[in-house]
Amino acid sequence: MDAVLDNLDVFVEGFTTTLSLTLLAAAGALILGTLLAAMRVSPVPPLRWFATLYVQAVRNTPLTVVFFLVVFGLPEVGVIVSFYRFAVVALTIYTAAFVAEAVRSGINSVASGQAEASRSIGMTFSQTLRLVVLPQAFANIVPPLASIFIALLKNTSIAYAFGVFEATQAMNRLINDNGSDVIAIIAAAALAYLLLALLAAALFSRLERAVRPA
Amino acid sequence: MAEPLVVLEGVNKHFGPLHVLKDIDLTVDRGEVVVVIGPSGSGKSTLCRTINRLESVDSGRITIDGKPLPEEGKELAQLRAQVGMVFQSFNLFAHKTVLQNVTLGPMKVLGKKKADAETRGRELLERVGIANQADKYPAQLSGGQQQRVAIARALAMDPKVMLFDEPTSALDPEMINEVLDVMTSLATGGMTMVVVTHEMGFARRAANRVVFMDEGSIVESSVPKQFFTSPSSDRAKDFLSKILTH
Repeated sequence: MDAVLDNLDVFVEGFTTTLSLTLLAAAGALILGTLLAAMRVSPVPPLRWFATLYVQAVRNTPLTVVFFLVVFGLPEVGVIVSFYRFAVVALTIYTAAFVAEAVRSGINSVASGQAEASRSIGMTFSQTLRLVVLPQAFANIVPPLASIFIALLKNTSIAYAFGVFEATQAMNRLINDNGSDVIAIIAAAALAYLLLALLAAALFSRLERAVRPA
Repeated sequence: MAEPLVVLEGVNKHFGPLHVLKDIDLTVDRGEVVVVIGPSGSGKSTLCRTINRLESVDSGRITIDGKPLPEEGKELAQLRAQVGMVFQSFNLFAHKTVLQNVTLGPMKVLGKKKADAETRGRELLERVGIANQADKYPAQLSGGQQQRVAIARALAMDPKVMLFDEPTSALDPEMINEVLDVMTSLATGGMTMVVVTHEMGFARRAANRVVFMDEGSIVESSVPKQFFTSPSSDRAKDFLSKILTH
């Protein structure tokens, strides 16, 4: 137990990085995933094909493999940045595929008459999507988005294997330094992940209530 | 003088193996009110929806104010802005207030300033009798109120022609009249209208012409009085005898 209390600063440093990885990748995945969903329903066939291919390829590849592709692939094309940034990129690419599918299901949940009415007053495809369909779609997909972002929070631990000092890396260092307190250290890390995830769930459930239609 | 506004020439449309519009020729003049009636599945709703290209056609030509309907894209959007559409299921934007429903198009499509769009929007809501509901959401309104908002939303675009696709079919009987009253006053005011409906009273009262459709074809087209008293086709006689005996 002492090993945990004496090294709280190490935990805090690790979880701060975990949290920032999560927030950055969540923001990136939300933008990229929404774009992909928009492409998926667009009237332009090549955009639809690309988005479908992206989702199928990325969703069916293990996250660790996506990390390998990013960390070894991007330098091949001249992109050399920190492992932290590589991790943000890998997590964004991976999570975007799941966000895209959630947004697409949200779009499908909006009655087709909404888009017809929007087109009938002269709005273009993109105006219809932005102003009428997506706002209603997002209100319908808060629960699946919560699951996706909680999964993302836990998935950030893969960054540990790629040299990022996040929570799991912090836990690992403490285990190596304090052989006698292994169980307490692991329990503390697990508890901290759990608390963060519960916090995220609570925020999303408030959001869900806030966007519920009148 | 009669000036054609909406012209359909030799329009054909299939849904899979179903031939839903068969060689439709129809001309609607400026200021004319054309009521389209016919049994379910006769193609009248589809006809209405082809006029602003919510349904594409397989062959034939549709022009509005002399311009052929363009392919899907910006040009079509601009043309749709000039054609008001009122749906059976209202289709008000569920996440917007009544006033926002009426101002969205003018602001985003016509580029009007918010204040101007709201002034005009409130005028129109006044005209359809729901000015006091401006800040409510559609779900808080009755069906009749929603449909009147939908009419105001279409009018806010200052359309050249208004299409009504069974506007009262989803309404409780006691709410039908409040919608028909608004439509009648529009008709009297000189709006060009194409109305698909089962409301024979409205057809008698407000139509310049009744078009009777059956199995995808226009069977008969005549002034209401003649149509209701002495229809020329057996199919129309049969249809009228079934609906007018109640």
